[in-house]
This record gives sequence, structure tokens and C-alpha cells, in this order.
Amino acid sequence: MSGTQAEATTVEEAGKASPPKFFVSVSPHFKNTDTVSKIMWTVVACLLPPLILSVFIFGFQTLIIALVSVASCVGTEYVANRALNRPTDTIRDGSAVITGLLMAYTIPPGVPYWMPILGGVMAIYITKVLMGGIGYNIFNPALIGRAFLVATYPVAMTSAWLSPIRDASVFKYMGAGVDAVSTATPLYVLKHYGLAEVIERFGSLSVIYKDFFLGWRPGCIGESSAFLVLLGGLYLIYKKYVSWHIPVSVIVTVGFLTWVFGGETLFTGKPILAILSGGVILGAFYMATDYVTSPTQPMGKLIFGFGIGALTVLIRLKGGYPEGVCYAILLMNAVAPALDNWFKPKRFAPQPEEGA
Amino acid sequence: MSAESLATFPMGGIHPREGKELTEKLAVEVMPAPKQVSLFLKQHVGAPCEPVVKKKDKVTEGDLVASTERLGAPIHAPFSGTVKGVQNALHPMVGNAPALVIAADKEEGEEKSYSQADWTQMSKEELLGKIKDAGVVGMGGAGFPAAVKLTIKPGVKLDTLILNGAECEPCLTSDHRLMVEYAKDIVEGAKIILKILEIKYCAIGIENNKPDAIEALKQAIAQSGSPQDGYNIVVKPLQVKYPQGSADQIMQSITGRARPSGVRSSAIGIIVQNVYTTKAIYDAVVYDKPLYERIVTFTGKGIERPANLMVKVGTPLSQIVDYLGGMTPDVAKVIVGGPMMGFAVSSLDVPVTKTTSGVLFLTKDETDVQTHYPCIRCGFCVSVCPMGLQPNEVSVFVEAGRGAETEEFGVDDCFECGTCAYVCPAKRPLVQFMRLARAGIAASKKK
Repeated sequence: MSGTQAEATTVEEAGKASPPKFFVSVSPHFKNTDTVSKIMWTVVACLLPPLILSVFIFGFQTLIIALVSVASCVGTEYVANRALNRPTDTIRDGSAVITGLLMAYTIPPGVPYWMPILGGVMAIYITKVLMGGIGYNIFNPALIGRAFLVATYPVAMTSAWLSPIRDASVFKYMGAGVDAVSTATPLYVLKHYGLAEVIERFGSLSVIYKDFFLGWRPGCIGESSAFLVLLGGLYLIYKKYVSWHIPVSVIVTVGFLTWVFGGETLFTGKPILAILSGGVILGAFYMATDYVTSPTQPMGKLIFGFGIGALTVLIRLKGGYPEGVCYAILLMNAVAPALDNWFKPKRFAPQPEEGA
Repeated sequence: MSAESLATFPMGGIHPREGKELTEKLAVEVMPAPKQVSLFLKQHVGAPCEPVVKKKDKVTEGDLVASTERLGAPIHAPFSGTVKGVQNALHPMVGNAPALVIAADKEEGEEKSYSQADWTQMSKEELLGKIKDAGVVGMGGAGFPAAVKLTIKPGVKLDTLILNGAECEPCLTSDHRLMVEYAKDIVEGAKIILKILEIKYCAIGIENNKPDAIEALKQAIAQSGSPQDGYNIVVKPLQVKYPQGSADQIMQSITGRARPSGVRSSAIGIIVQNVYTTKAIYDAVVYDKPLYERIVTFTGKGIERPANLMVKVGTPLSQIVDYLGGMTPDVAKVIVGGPMMGFAVSSLDVPVTKTTSGVLFLTKDETDVQTHYPCIRCGFCVSVCPMGLQPNEVSVFVEAGRGAETEEFGVDDCFECGTCAYVCPAKRPLVQFMRLARAGIAASKKK
């Protein structure tokens, strides 16, 4: 019986093709070498120079804060995916590392070390993993982490600023209490005491521009050097990982609206000061351009960037906070899907009429 | 010539590795006839042919062996031999398909000789009849019966014939060698088509990475007596950008006109023919020679001796591989067609068809075996899509089991060029998602 069956199978298979010898897959068979993790790790590399410089400006603890923040984000992603029975190899793609770095770059360098741990859990678990993991989050994880910390620990998050070290004593602030060293950021001074007081404290405008550009001013890691942040951002544009639309529209909008409305009278604001202070450049190049939470079409991107710039200026001038980039980006994140819906790519040719 | 002055299409496109250096300088070599051929009964758009010969019938080179009354193109014996009947053979796209098998005679038959005819004395109907009888189909890959395409409905106003010599697929050089070595035939073929279409203007579009082909055709045009004979044939060098050779893109590059979705190119006054189809039309009309052999590029690091071979339609890849010295030990993937749109095959039992322009032998390091990642919404696929579609959105819908709802993204316009999947950093099989979306829409319409 079994012999007959075996025979039948052979006869039947004789007419069929021989078993696969080669690897088979769908076209295209050539692909370029960019991968998600290659892009993410490139962004990480572009983010490192400002961190290294910040060690010389604010001391060694900026590095510790960054490491704690990254460890918290990557660890949370691993544990959360493990607990939800999802693949855990996403921790190697570098996206959680970026979230950790960006969150560390937006919090004051004098906060206690446990704070970024909390922020990391919020950023990765609530904002990213619960939404469906990479590609499905609505809001920028790093900024939700920061916003959560500002709402929960408003005093530390708005006052633990450190004065720049000018004598290279990088261990100066280690172990020192927050209150002992805290100072005010230029934006805080500008908001509460006016431009004259900023010049009084930080030097003449030309000195301020130079110091701010190179990084010697109180602020968070990401604000330290506009120059290094800009350098990394321009490299990402050169590599075509980031398009120019969002950064340019954010920066131009902030500059223009500050010039119009930021002074005592109309058209007397200081656009360069506005662009160099706070998180404008970091936000414009690294946070607003996050693929997942920004629109994909050029027109949508320009409007997205304009919205961020306008909301930033509005919060700075009329809101309760001295800095508004974080909330401006989060608010526009919520609008991004609608912008994608409104601005579709132009099709190759006009479509036939309905029913034609 | 600077890149700026070259004609091209404005929307999307990519620049993959060209990979043509292995074979672009190799002259066409005629492969001796194989011992046996398998002729698929369907090598064209339309209905399959019915065999007109029986088992054990003797046939000679060029004999009609299968034809159809419906839309299609007849099939001819590529050499003299004995019919062995209809058997299933492995087809690169559809799996097993019926094919007429013919075995070669023991003794070498002498090469058939063809006599030349003067086509200028023939009527339009006579010309179309010859093209139909010779079984000429679109040889760029589509396989649309040429005689049907050239039969224009009354009232349709044409002004331009475009010969497509872009050959934008990486690695392939069969059209390139054809243009260099058979430039005169192509120009003559263009005039035959112009006569049928009753128009005067023909533009030959060639990507600028083939300067010798551009030069050869320019010379052939000058020697053919144009434009004094009333035909205005020009060579249009095109920017090297994939998919320059797609019909919609080459029409836009050359004329600036964009074909609206769902209509034929003749609606905007244009007929596009592949250069190889044009040469086949010339052979059909001038020599009464049917289409039963063609140039095929065999290339890649996985084959011992890359070559441009003139092979008989129906020759199994295994015999060609033997002729070319075999495959290298590290060969991992065999692709019928180009690397962007070709089909990976599981074995070498696949025969060459009228539309096979190349076969690629890729090694392990050239093969992409990555698993795909979730969409990160980078939008790269949207920015390169030459048709202005949103493969990212379509793929997410299909993954969620909602392929039937993707019609608004224009999946019907997708011609599967693969640019989206080429740039996707998450390595998502976007072309496959597009196909699944189309299948989903079709299924929901049936309900």
C-alpha cells in the first residue's frame, strides 16, 4: 500500500518543477544601503559633539545625566517589549538612544540624576511602546519625557541651571546641591527683566552672539553650542536624511516673528538672539524633523515648521514659560497627521473624472 | 553634454548602481542552437496560443507552431526538429505553464536564409499583416502584440512615435548592443512604423550612459536619407535616472506630455515602441522572418562568463549557463529581467521567452536577505515615486488587513518600478504591498 503511494507521488512530481535551488524574493533585487538603524546611529553621532563640549562648559555631570537618560530609555524599551511579548531587538536600532540623548539635552544640567530615569520611562513606555512601538507614536517621545518632568518637578526643571565654567574645572558642580549653584537662563532674564538686564548679565549683544553661538551661557546641554548643533544638523541635510523644509521654516518664523513682535515697539525685536537662545536650533533640526511625528510632504512640512515657530514665539512672549519650543513641537505633532491628509503628493497626471 | 541640458522626467526617480560594465562592451555572440526548446503558449498579453502541430510532426526553422484567433501573437519554431508535445515548464512569473516542446534534429540543419523585400511598395494592411504573422510582441517586457498596438482606431490623432532605448534597468545591455550593432535596422524599422501610423516624426530616447548607441543611431539616420525622404527621425539623449524607460516617464521626458490615468498613450498623440520591437518589425516586414530568437544579457558576479547572447526563444537557462562556463560557487539568486523589476526564479529549468531581456546571477553579498521593519514614516518612498503615489500609507493599510481601502492612494497607477522599495530604509517590500493592495481592491469590487 505504502509502496503504491510512494510511486504515485513520484509520478506526480515528475511533471512538476524541481525543488528551489536559489534564494527567491520579490523585486526590486537592488536596494540602497540606508537602513533605519544606520540613519538613527548617524543622528546619534551628529548629537555627540554638543555633549562633549557641554562637559567642558557645565562639568562632568552633564555626561552622567546623558548616560542615565539613554540607559533609562533603552532599558525601558527592552523591559516593556519583553513584558508585552514583542521583539526586543528594536533597542539596537538607535532610536531609543536618540530619545535618551534628546531628553537629556532639554533638561537643566543641575537636576538630580534620578529625574531622567523617570522621564525615560514616560518617554519610551507611555509615548512610544504603548502607542505601538517605533513608527506609531503620535508625539515626540523625548519631548513628552521633558514635558512630564516640567509638570511634575517644576522647580528643579526651571531653575537647576548652571553658570558656565571658564577655568576647565570639569568636576566643579559634582555633588553640589541644585540651590547652591542655580542661575537663570538668558530667556528667563529676557522675559522677566528685559533686554537691558540680559546685556547687563551676559555682556553686549555682540559678546552674547559669540558666546551663545559657541556655547558659553547657562542652559541645557542642547542649548550649549548653537554652532555644533547646527553642524550636525547640516550634515543630516547633506546626507539627505533630513529635508531642509522644517528646520528652515522653524528658524525663519522664529526670527521673523520675534523681530516684528519681540521688541518694545513693532519691528525692534532681536531675531538673532531669539534664534540662538533656547532650544530653537536643536528643536528645528533634531526634534521637529523626527520622521514619525512630522508630515511627509514638503508643503505640510513648511506649515508644520511655521506652526512650531509661531507657537514658540507666542509662548515666549505671552505664555507663562520663558521657552516654548518643546510645547510648540508637541502641539504641532498632534496636527501632523492632518497636514499629511491635506497635502498629498502631486500625482503624475490629472485623474479621470469620477465615473468617466 | 552637461546633465542639465538632457531631457528627463520631473517627478521622483532614483540612481541605482548601473552595473552595466560587465557586458556593455561585449559584442553580441550567437549561441549554437540547444538540443531542445520549450515554447510557452502564452508569451504575450492576451489569450494563450493553440498548437497547430502534433506530436512527432517535423518542423523547420521559422514554421508556425501555435497561434490564436483572439488577442495574442503566433509562435514559431526556432530551429528544425521534431515536436514532442505540450508539457508544463517553469515560468518566471506564473509558476508552471504549458509549453510546446521541440527537440532538435540529430544532424545539424543548415541556417535558414531569408530574402529581402522592398517594404516601401507595401500597403499599410500588408505591413500590419506581416508584423502579426511574425508574432512580434513588445519586447521591453510588456509583451503586448505589436500589430494590435499599431492598429489605430479611426479618429485618433497621432503626431509622435517614440522608440524606447532608455534601458534604464541596471545591469541589462541587450538593447544597448542591439542599438550599436543593428542601428540601420532600427532606423528602417522606425520608418516602417511611421508609414503604418501615417506620421512623420520619431524620437529615439536613449539614456546618456550609452554614447556609442547614440552615435550609431545618429549615423544610421544620416545614412538612411532622412530627413530628405520626408521622415524626421531624431535621437534624444536622456538623463540617466530610473525609471527613465517606463512608458509614462519617457513620453514626458521627450514630449512634456503626461498620460492621464486610465487612457492609452495614443490619447495624447504618442505611440511608444521598444527599440528591439522595432528591429523585430523590420525583420518581419523586410525578411518575413518571425520572432524566434533574441539578444539576452547574461550577467552578474554569479556567472563565469557574462555575455550578450543571441539565443533561440525557448532555450532553458540551464543550457545557456553550461555554454557560459557555469555559475560561480557563491551564486545565490537568479533573476529573469533586471534587478529592479525582474523575477527571481527557483531553478534553471526556466526557458527564455520573447520578452526576456536579461538574466542576472547575483552572489550572496549582492542579495538582500534582511527582514523588514515597521514603517517609520520617513517619506523617502513618496519623494521618489515617479507616479506621485504614497507607498508608505498603502503598506500600513495592507499590514492592517485593509488593502481594499487603498484606492484613494492611486495603486492602479503603480507599474511596480520598485523605486520605493529601493530607497526604503526599513527595507519594506513595498512593491509586494502594492500588489496586495491591488488584489484587495479587485476582491472587494467583485463582491
